[in-house]
Amino acid sequence: MAAPMSNVDEIRDRVILGEFGVRNVHTTDYPGNYPGYDDTWDLEKFKKNFRIDIVNSDENMLEFDMIGIDAAIANAFRRILLAEVPTMAIEKVFVYNNTSIIQDEILAHRLGLVPIKADPRLFEYRNPEDQEGTEIDTIQLQLKVKCTRNPRAPKDSSDPKELYLNHMVYSGDIKWLPIGNQADVFADAKIGPVHGDILLAQLRPGQELDIVMHCVKGIGKDHAKFSPVATASYRLLPEITLLQTIEGEQAERLKRCFSPGVIEIQNVNGRKVAKVVNSRLDTCSREVLRHDDLKSLVKLGRVRDHFICTFKNTG
Amino acid sequence: MTHMICGQQHIHAASTGHVERAIDANMVRTDGADEGCVTFVLHEEDHTLGNSLRYMIMKSLSRVVCFYSQDVEFCGYSITHPSESKINFRIQTRDGVAASEPLRSGLNNLTEVCKHVLHTFEARMQAFRDKEEPMS
Repeated sequence: MAAPMSNVDEIRDRVILGEFGVRNVHTTDYPGNYPGYDDTWDLEKFKKNFRIDIVNSDENMLEFDMIGIDAAIANAFRRILLAEVPTMAIEKVFVYNNTSIIQDEILAHRLGLVPIKADPRLFEYRNPEDQEGTEIDTIQLQLKVKCTRNPRAPKDSSDPKELYLNHMVYSGDIKWLPIGNQADVFADAKIGPVHGDILLAQLRPGQELDIVMHCVKGIGKDHAKFSPVATASYRLLPEITLLQTIEGEQAERLKRCFSPGVIEIQNVNGRKVAKVVNSRLDTCSREVLRHDDLKSLVKLGRVRDHFICTFKNTG
Repeated sequence: MTHMICGQQHIHAASTGHVERAIDANMVRTDGADEGCVTFVLHEEDHTLGNSLRYMIMKSLSRVVCFYSQDVEFCGYSITHPSESKINFRIQTRDGVAASEPLRSGLNNLTEVCKHVLHTFEARMQAFRDKEEPMS
């Protein structure tokens, strides 16, 4: 149980989750709004208060905390990640032969959405008038698959996996064709699709695909296939304040109202007392506000300038 | 996470690149002779720059001694139509301050913030990776 904040501090720093609505949502700490507070922009004060804590980072996801920044700027970062960070993606698809049942344009659409492993910083944007593409702005990929009957299949099997060869076209079948000096420049970078197991089409004997693709650099604003993140989201740090000591059976019920791990029952002088241990895990479902006897004992809020950011990338 | 770092650098570019091009060309609808009330039309921009710039300008420094008087009396933006990618950014100032001044200082402040966030983030990512190295 933390000491209760003064009313003004609460309006400035916390978003309150009430029973019927959310209060103090907007940033109000502009200069002149609060007498006695100096809110004018000071870079040094910002630098002192600002902190980033990396929680988790692996090849698919990054989770970190940004503390001491305003929602306007955190949101700007999120929007830029989604829409304005460039990546490489398949843009032009030259279909030399497609006898599968997937239509050309559907196949081209699917190919465009396949994430490509190539560092966009090493490439330039293509000129709008340029039809051919040069080595500095284009990656050329090829997909050439022909489905045939498997001569070694058992007599009376009906499983396509045994009867046919190459009947499933995966993104792993896409090969890189280096143009110009790309073979030397990118000798060790394995350029190609990030995942090899994306199913693109299904074939039957006699059907084939012979496709050449051009990958260019683009941004998410143009088409979502160019977005480097699968999702970029943030949430504010929840804060749960217990206004009184909650003991015994009430404590058990309180614990069940929140996500597991948020509230712990501790043994104090032989009585079971509830204590908030990790409010970060809470999903803020406000279940506790549905119980008449518990709702006045708890104050739910969010810390206004503490952002828990989770970015999942597509490789 | 190469993409994360690339993104932070892009914020720097986005906050200065696009607007610098637009600012010279689009200062329209000044109220008579009062240079303090100006609507800037920023092309190829949206909430990304609009909201963050509005926040920085509202927090901007006052040069006047009196405590309650700030440079900027009003600052807001609106998206004229969702199909057009331009915003109307309006600034009204007190005491005859030219409206381009808080705009300029707001943009500079925004660039500083982004630079600092980028530095801090890169330092923390490096520290995180160094901590992970001996464990892997």
